[in-house]
Amino acid sequence: MQTNFTAEQLRDPDTAESNRILRTCVHCGMCTATCPTFLLLGDELDSPRGRIYLIKDMLESGRPASELEVRHVDRCLSCLSCMTTCPSGVNYMHLVDHARTYIEETYKRPWPERMLRGVLARVLPSPKLFRLSLKAAALARPLEPAIPGQSMLAQRLRGMLALAPKALPAPDPMQEAQVHPAEGERRGRVGLLTGCAQKVLNPEINAATIRLLTRMGIEVVITPGQGCCGALTHHMGQHERAMAAARANIRAWSAEIEGQGLDAIVVNASGCGTTLKDYGFMFREEPDAEDAARVAGLAMDITEVLEKFAYAPTRDEPAMTVAYHSACSLQHGQKITALPKQLLARAGFKVKEPAEGHICCGSAGTYNILQPAIAGQLRTRKLENIRRTKADVIAAGNIGCMTQLAGDAMPVVHTVQLLDWMAGGPRPEGLDGIG
Amino acid sequence: MIALPAPKPEILARRDAILADLARLLPADSVIGETLRLRPYETDGLAAYRQIPLAVVLPRTTAEVAAVLRYCHANGIRVVPRGAGTSLSGGALPLADAVVIGLMRMNTIREINYEDRYAIVGAGVTNIGITKAVEGDGFFYAPDPSSQLACMIGGNVMMNSGGAHCLKYGVTANNLLGVTFVTIEGEVIEIGGTHLDAAGYDWLGLITGSEGQLGLVTEVTVRILRGPEGARAMLAAFSSVEIAGAAVDAIIGSGIIPVALEFMDRPCIHACEAFAHAGYPLDAEAMLIIEVEGSVAEQDMLLDRIRGICAKFDPISMKVAESAEQSAAIWKGRKGAFGAVGRISPDYLCMDGTIPTGELPHVLKRISEMSAQYGLGVANVFHAGDGNLHPLIMFDANDPDSFRRAEAFGADILKLCVEVGGCLTGEHGVGVEKRDLMTTQFTRAELTLQRAIKSAFDPEWLLNTAKVFPLDDNPKIAA
Ligand SMILES: Cc1cc2nc3c(=O)[nH]c(=O)nc-3n(C[C@H](O)[C@H](O)[C@H](O)COP(=O)(O)OP(=O)(O)OC[C@H]3O[C@@H](n4cnc5c(N)ncnc54)[C@H](O)[C@@H]3O)c2cc1C
Ligand code: SF4
Ligand code: SF4
Repeated sequence: MQTNFTAEQLRDPDTAESNRILRTCVHCGMCTATCPTFLLLGDELDSPRGRIYLIKDMLESGRPASELEVRHVDRCLSCLSCMTTCPSGVNYMHLVDHARTYIEETYKRPWPERMLRGVLARVLPSPKLFRLSLKAAALARPLEPAIPGQSMLAQRLRGMLALAPKALPAPDPMQEAQVHPAEGERRGRVGLLTGCAQKVLNPEINAATIRLLTRMGIEVVITPGQGCCGALTHHMGQHERAMAAARANIRAWSAEIEGQGLDAIVVNASGCGTTLKDYGFMFREEPDAEDAARVAGLAMDITEVLEKFAYAPTRDEPAMTVAYHSACSLQHGQKITALPKQLLARAGFKVKEPAEGHICCGSAGTYNILQPAIAGQLRTRKLENIRRTKADVIAAGNIGCMTQLAGDAMPVVHTVQLLDWMAGGPRPEGLDGIG
Repeated sequence: MIALPAPKPEILARRDAILADLARLLPADSVIGETLRLRPYETDGLAAYRQIPLAVVLPRTTAEVAAVLRYCHANGIRVVPRGAGTSLSGGALPLADAVVIGLMRMNTIREINYEDRYAIVGAGVTNIGITKAVEGDGFFYAPDPSSQLACMIGGNVMMNSGGAHCLKYGVTANNLLGVTFVTIEGEVIEIGGTHLDAAGYDWLGLITGSEGQLGLVTEVTVRILRGPEGARAMLAAFSSVEIAGAAVDAIIGSGIIPVALEFMDRPCIHACEAFAHAGYPLDAEAMLIIEVEGSVAEQDMLLDRIRGICAKFDPISMKVAESAEQSAAIWKGRKGAFGAVGRISPDYLCMDGTIPTGELPHVLKRISEMSAQYGLGVANVFHAGDGNLHPLIMFDANDPDSFRRAEAFGADILKLCVEVGGCLTGEHGVGVEKRDLMTTQFTRAELTLQRAIKSAFDPEWLLNTAKVFPLDDNPKIAA
């Protein structure tokens, strides 16, 4: 596609990169129909091709972002379904990331919005603050139906309270910085990203990961100094904050890599995995570019690690049907599609894939808080498709999706919990009486 | 660059009032008027041509469409219909004084009838959306343009779109039973029905492929078919474009009709393989995708015969898909071909001419000569079985001279098609792109007759003005 940047503009590496991306788009429109927001809203402006055009115009003009562009870019889930569809190889992820940063730098949001985003960006990545606010939310939960009105603020408040879990699990000391030695002969050594929000909402995911890997003869290292991967703030356009979080992780793991060495950095929240694997790009202009690229190169989804170390079940086949929900960050962001299903099948589960598997469930990081109406519609649509599989349980590889899909009749677990169970771990909570 | 008719100054001057009127006719979220938000609507699949419209409306019902048309007719406002905006001939290119009516919100399926094998769907339902809705029950909608993921059935009707499998199943026109048609006066007319061959004049035949010139379509009744017992694709690789062209002619000449017979040359093979990872032969100069259908025994028999024919042309390799996944990957590559060319060139012009299959080797040779002469690369991918060529001329839109050469190259290819007894357009329509070449295909008298039909439906030439017919000597349009 034709672009109109000045030589001056192209000296900025981010603009140069966006120009390169825009030039690969041939405006064929193939991506529109697989975009969840186009499906729901039926407006080119809420489709990938429309957003690409809006972003192109905004960047070329160099003018500050206005409410008109922000509205449509904000509605983008960053689900990256468009990248799976695009035959031309347009890197929409890097383009929209650039647009979000540009918006954050040039557009002043109305104050309630600013405040909400500020709070989310501070609280979610910090397990301590997040735990505190969830406790507060649990106290405020009875107020949810009493919040009046259809304003965005009211919808968001109700949505946030609805998402907060009724009971908060206790923090798990096993997930503090330490080394979990391998059982039996050591076959490998991996770092584990324990994450931020996931650790608070559902510590069982990390616990199952540690149990399963160590049982398979893999030493699991939780390095001191690691924290949030930076994805949450990155998707809100808060570039500096995201870079700081990422840099802390790069330092922590680089020390470990240069010390005893790592075979992989395991990620069991695929939203984080997509960001970790992108560290090389994010730091391409930074002094620590090499370290970042090395960390990115070692980042692997838990299913990739299990495949690498030849996961094998030990229990008898459970009579259980699993609806596998393919998280967008896994299927579109990391192009991991068949592997989790193969592992579940190997473990003895009957695996079903819901219709419209390529469409996002609406979770998308903080999206379900910032865009509650669209997120709600996508959730309903997803759950309907899942119900039609008549499965016993939903398995997903991302905490965001798990939270979004919880609360319906079908229990939701992480894929690794099922795999751990079949390899000698405990039966995941909530599955009693099934299978 | 193509000329567009001069906008009507009185319409441009009333812009704000018109937007306010439209906002009274439709819900607020259905009217777009800010320049910033109009821009993404300024073009379609032919992105070299661009024009910001006066307004865009996104109606949800036939009644809303009729209301907008009635209003535009009463006020002399031009209208450009739009489906998914994947037209490669600039069919959905707006005009500065026109209201674009986008039908993408009319995307619900009203009825599916397996007994009588039809489906009634909104004009904004995507082509693949119809098949998705019925495939669980063993049915499908046959015409399969490569853009089927995105393009909408209303657009398919208006372009009489075809696709790889049309060799056996026919194009849109052969699979269409009825439409809900809205005239420029806002009158709603039901045409056709739920079975083939309605009584009286063939209005449906007239409307199919009319490129938004006669009225809008809001609902479409299509024929759905029971899926074949099975299907298998094979790849045959050759050492030159001309040899592959000769193989196509031999297959068709033998009397075998595969369900699909597709051609790709080297640049295309490489670009598509990078997208689809389908195992395409990267050492070939040209490749054929040949698909057969039926019981396993039938497939084996046909594939054997086809392999026998290909063998006479010294193939580099031949490979039959071994699984449904392999077949799917082969088609994913083919259907992504145009977009995939975006990997090797920032822009392309997609040509769409038809020739007798016997002329393939000669025409392909001429195209490669012209490519050298114009200094522009070309990637060939097309429905070889019915002689429908899609040479993709690669250029750089940031370099105006390369665009001018691409346009001239394209015109030469189309003239060549007509010269060898073929036709200007196979399936992408005339649009704005081939408008000025209509005189090479039709005589003055023929064009006058066609214009008279348009005038009968749309006396003021408000509907998709500037498309299909050359602008000169048309008193209704000041260029
Ligand atoms: C990558 C790619 C591959 C393609 N492959 C093929 C192919 O294999 N075969 C093929 O035939 N075509 C192909 N096309 C061309 C294009 O997809 C078809 O012409 C398609 O039918 C256009 O549908 P649309 O919904 O995008 O319509 P648009 O592009 O929006 O509009 C097409 C024309 O129809 C008019 N129109 C649209 N909807 C209506 C309506 N409801 N009422 C009245 N007028 C209307 C518009 O004004 C315009 O003139 C391809 C295009 C692309 C980009
Ligand atoms: S599919 Fe790719 S090339 Fe085509 S419009 Fe979308 S982003 Fe652009
Ligand atoms: S990332 Fe998802 S929501 Fe955003 S444009 Fe792409 S497909 Fe649409």
